[in-house]
Amino acid sequence: MSYLELTNVQKRFGATTAVESFNLAAEQGEFVSFLGPSGCGKTTTLRMIAGFEQPTAGTIMINGQDVTYMPPNRRNVGMVFQSYALFPNMSVADNIGFGLRVRKRPKDQIRKRVGELLELINLPDKGGRYPYQLSGGQQQRVALARALAFEPQVLLLDEPLSALDAKIRVALRHEIRSIQRQLGITTVYVTHDQEEALSLSDRVVVMSEGRMEQVGTPFEIYNFPTTAFVASFVGTLNVLPGVVVDAPGGRLTIAGQGVRLAHAFEGSAGREIKIALRPEMVTLGAGDDGQNQLTGKVTDVSFLGSIVRIRVGLNGGDGPVVVLDVFNEPTLKLPQLGETATITFPQDGPLVLDPKAPVESVEALIAEA
Amino acid sequence: MTGPGNFGMRTPGALEAVEGSARPTLTQPRGISGSRVVSWLIFAAGIFYFFLPLVATLLFSLRLQPLGKAYDNVLNHDPRFVSSLIYSGLVGLGTIAISILLIVPTAYWVRLRVPRARPYVEFITLLPFVIPPVILVFSLLRAFSGPPFQLSGSHEGLNVLVVCAYVILSYPYMYRAVDAGLRAIDVRTLTEAAQSMGAGWTRILWSVILPNLRVALISGAFLTLAIVIGEYTIASFLVRPAFGPYLALLGRDKAFEPAAVTIISFGVTWLAMGLIAFLGRGSRQGVQLTGGR
Repeated sequence: MSYLELTNVQKRFGATTAVESFNLAAEQGEFVSFLGPSGCGKTTTLRMIAGFEQPTAGTIMINGQDVTYMPPNRRNVGMVFQSYALFPNMSVADNIGFGLRVRKRPKDQIRKRVGELLELINLPDKGGRYPYQLSGGQQQRVALARALAFEPQVLLLDEPLSALDAKIRVALRHEIRSIQRQLGITTVYVTHDQEEALSLSDRVVVMSEGRMEQVGTPFEIYNFPTTAFVASFVGTLNVLPGVVVDAPGGRLTIAGQGVRLAHAFEGSAGREIKIALRPEMVTLGAGDDGQNQLTGKVTDVSFLGSIVRIRVGLNGGDGPVVVLDVFNEPTLKLPQLGETATITFPQDGPLVLDPKAPVESVEALIAEA
Repeated sequence: MTGPGNFGMRTPGALEAVEGSARPTLTQPRGISGSRVVSWLIFAAGIFYFFLPLVATLLFSLRLQPLGKAYDNVLNHDPRFVSSLIYSGLVGLGTIAISILLIVPTAYWVRLRVPRARPYVEFITLLPFVIPPVILVFSLLRAFSGPPFQLSGSHEGLNVLVVCAYVILSYPYMYRAVDAGLRAIDVRTLTEAAQSMGAGWTRILWSVILPNLRVALISGAFLTLAIVIGEYTIASFLVRPAFGPYLALLGRDKAFEPAAVTIISFGVTWLAMGLIAFLGRGSRQGVQLTGGR
């Protein structure tokens, strides 16, 4: 049995279904992220684990105990909020020690534990400060320490870095991961930031409209998206419409131009499908004979620092747009807008997407790829 | 679904909107000086309107010769002054305590769990503005002059009735003060944070919500105390030895002493308010000291 288990969890608000058939089994010490756009149900699911929302159906088990209808203050689950939620009337030390005081631990023990946690979050001399005297990043570190102080069974983080600026966000996310590894605590992290989810997690649950779209390691999610939604939401991905010519032979057309894939796929001739192609798999210019080539017109060139992003509209610029990234280097010759361009990608580069792929088929699809 | 055609691109419209919003700030400093003069004029008019009657009352109270005779008469030769002021002060403290116990959990619960009930609760708290105190006191007398709750037959019972009536009178002020205080803090998230750490409702209210409502509660307490000290109708009909009826009685018999009492009571009320504010400030310092260890 897994440490944290959600089985067929469902949540309805009146006629609206916020979460449907959510299944997750997380092992002890695992870091799982819920990734998805606003309103996809990720925070609602997290709140059900915390006990702030009750599921309409399904069960939630923590360490073998059914906590589905247990009040939040009895679950022993630590939570970090987007808005920090530090108690303004208490000092940093009192905030961190709050959960221990609730549990009536001896004062010496509380003082020792608070000291340890202040060291852990690199704020050893800030115990006497008040939340308003700290920066956003420091406040969130205190919130993390407070959630860890009473040694919860599960740590929940609800978009904890969203209110921070980019540099602090990156630094703090490494800190969170390092602390989580150090303590070996089972963690569920909610975010809409794919970079955050991919860099932090052991596994990512991609959600859309209350459904689990795909569950997998960051590598699997990025490289082998199984639905059009995951493909478009995670990373920059070209999702191109295609028409099947010969599925067993791996042949199809994109904007009327022939494409051959290295593997066979399902679908009768003439059926419309979608294929996914990462920008880094596409190169500008004619390639080797074995590679696929498409022609179009350059519609946009964006300088993004270390890379240059080029958009090529197929069929003279009016067709689907393919985005490709080129590494920036001093000798790079950038194409002009409106210039006719040939793009190349390997036969094993694209992935055929089934927009309605069920979650159960994920493993099979990954194995097949 | 996010298509491949719009990855991470900033639209020109977004840039224009940002620039557009920044423009008006360039013209702001010119307008400020003019509006500041108007603000100061309004403020001065307010101060004049507020203090002129007080100054006039003070000057009138000093006209009885020798100087200060009216104050001497009240303070040293009329024991009812101190006793009525103490009575009203105690009733005021009781009213504040019951109001806080009643209104804080109600406003908190409404904001946290039943926000749809807020208009109804607000309406109920506004009723004292609509129902005159004389109606309220007669209703209380009718309701509590017979079994099962016969309170009008004894001094203790009448004291309970007068406090209950004042609690009702203080609804609009106390509820609004508490509600404004709750609006200023993120009640839901703070509650959930405390719950996730194992706290029950009593601890959440006592350790998290109440300390963060300190300023709001002091404001509500100020207003409640001021109302109770000066209230006449309810105290008079319930035959209570309160400060309001004493002041009215004095006004019928004497000329200069009522003015002296007004000035003294004004000073005492402000002193009481200052004391509450000081005590409130003191409790916060205590929290800070604890945290600093």
